[in-house]
Amino acid sequence: MTRSRTDRTLRTWLLSVVMWAIAVLFALPLVWMISASLKRNIDVFTLPVTWIPDPVRWVNYADVWAGDPPLLRYFGNSLIVATAAVTGELFTSSLAGYAFARMRFKGRDRLFLLYIATSIVPTQLLLVPRFMFFQAVGLYDTLWALILPSMFTVFGTFLMRQHFSAVPGELAEAARIDGAGEWSIYWRIYLPMAKPVLAALAILGFVWSWNSYETPLIMLSTDENYTLPVGLTRFVDGDGGLAGGLSMAAATSSVVPMIIVFLVFQRQFLSALSRTGLK
Amino acid sequence: MQTLVGSARSPVPAVVREKKRRPAGVRSWLPWVFIAPNLIGLIAFTLGPMLAGLGIAFTRWNVLSGLGGIEWVGLDNFTELFADPKFWKALGRTVFFAGLGVPLSIAFGLLLALALNRPLVGRAALRVVFFVPSMVNTVAIGMVWLLVLNPSAGLLNQALRFLGLSEPPTWLVSENWALPALVLIQVWAGMGYQAVIYLAALQELPQDLHEAAMIDGAGAWRRFRTITWPSLMPTTVFLAITSFIGTSQGFGLIAFLTGGGPGESTTVLAYYMYQSGFQAYKFGYAAAIGVVTFAAVLLLTLVLWRFQKGRGLYT
Repeated sequence: MTRSRTDRTLRTWLLSVVMWAIAVLFALPLVWMISASLKRNIDVFTLPVTWIPDPVRWVNYADVWAGDPPLLRYFGNSLIVATAAVTGELFTSSLAGYAFARMRFKGRDRLFLLYIATSIVPTQLLLVPRFMFFQAVGLYDTLWALILPSMFTVFGTFLMRQHFSAVPGELAEAARIDGAGEWSIYWRIYLPMAKPVLAALAILGFVWSWNSYETPLIMLSTDENYTLPVGLTRFVDGDGGLAGGLSMAAATSSVVPMIIVFLVFQRQFLSALSRTGLK
Repeated sequence: MQTLVGSARSPVPAVVREKKRRPAGVRSWLPWVFIAPNLIGLIAFTLGPMLAGLGIAFTRWNVLSGLGGIEWVGLDNFTELFADPKFWKALGRTVFFAGLGVPLSIAFGLLLALALNRPLVGRAALRVVFFVPSMVNTVAIGMVWLLVLNPSAGLLNQALRFLGLSEPPTWLVSENWALPALVLIQVWAGMGYQAVIYLAALQELPQDLHEAAMIDGAGAWRRFRTITWPSLMPTTVFLAITSFIGTSQGFGLIAFLTGGGPGESTTVLAYYMYQSGFQAYKFGYAAAIGVVTFAAVLLLTLVLWRFQKGRGLYT
């Protein structure tokens, strides 16, 4: 018994060492990004790589945030889009998910199947008609063109439906006998219980919106309206070369909020991901 | 009658349930009120565009000529497409890109999840390290890898030279290596996500089967092959389907890093569609590419789904 326990400890240590070695290799690109973000441009490509910048140029971040291209504005735009999209998504998805899970009506299952089916339509096929639509209604090159489509997601509805189907219906029965209407049953009883799922959906929606690149690339044409990923491309010069330290400072800045979101909401985040994969 | 829809899960006997039900037809519009906000948006921004996209595929239309310039051309776009060597090459590259990238990232994700599911020193931190890349936006990933893959001073080639390779690949500037380089980036960025999903599935596996097998003397590999792997099949199929859908639409990295080049070496279907539509303004042609992509993905999804169902019978 004791022998097998020491055996096991040894194995744990061995595997840990191996995994940490892989993790270090795996993280090198991002570590380099952060390290390069604090270097002078000419130091970025010195051979062999210096991991600790000398001198450390914190001023890169100041330059990127206050300079031109205006990273601060791209940040603001991304924040507006992500907040609006997530708010809308939470509202419409939880309502629809509730109806799909807890209400009975004709054609429900067929409609839900149609929902699921739309999720395999290639984005590019949707982008052409959306592009035409937003041009026709005058919303092309506004943040609305990004916000509106992401307020109504199949994924959110799916996630909320899965959650609401798993909660017992007896609560609603009791409330109904006490004379509660459907709206207040949804709003006062079921929605508060769904807080963890709502949090998870909010985080996923936020990350998705924050990182979205293709849609803003197609729907936005003026620098004024750029969101972060499109704005970042302005830190790359015309030949596809990078302005070294400055561009890495911009890239690092764009990643930090996501890493903070992840670290703070890790638990909800992981549970959200597992929900998407399993049920 | 919006009561007890989750009946399969409800412990209440059917007879009792029957009594509690409201009479049919009472406020039957109510569910639609709940669904309407979502459904209207979905019709406007997904279902509608989807049907419009299908329709546009049968037209020739130049955005500059206004809506009046739409011209119905029947199957012309498709016959042109199937005769277009550029299309076939793009399809081949898409198959290469997804066919290599998806299995690799799923396999690495599974290995990672199996390792991260065991007791490890600093396990929580390890999970974060491996997961972070999947939280990074495409452009930042592109910018970092532009540096890492720089042929002369990049991190990767420095390492390869250190290992004794005197002429390492020039990656993104080489017609032969650009697409494999994109696969590499894709796998790096995606495996953490796959691992997290697998981890969640692993933690839900019942432990007693494993213990019984261990008592019967089954080794680690045998336990994995006969118990773990079959139980993970639904997760694997889910990941395969969603990753194939995602990767077949893989666009961001290519748009940012290579613009389909050098030459045409990284022009996959999604990028060819973007070029045809938003650069050459051949919207009908672009929509036709979209329809073909959709059909291919649909077919693949059905095949994978059938595969899982067949397996489900035995496990």
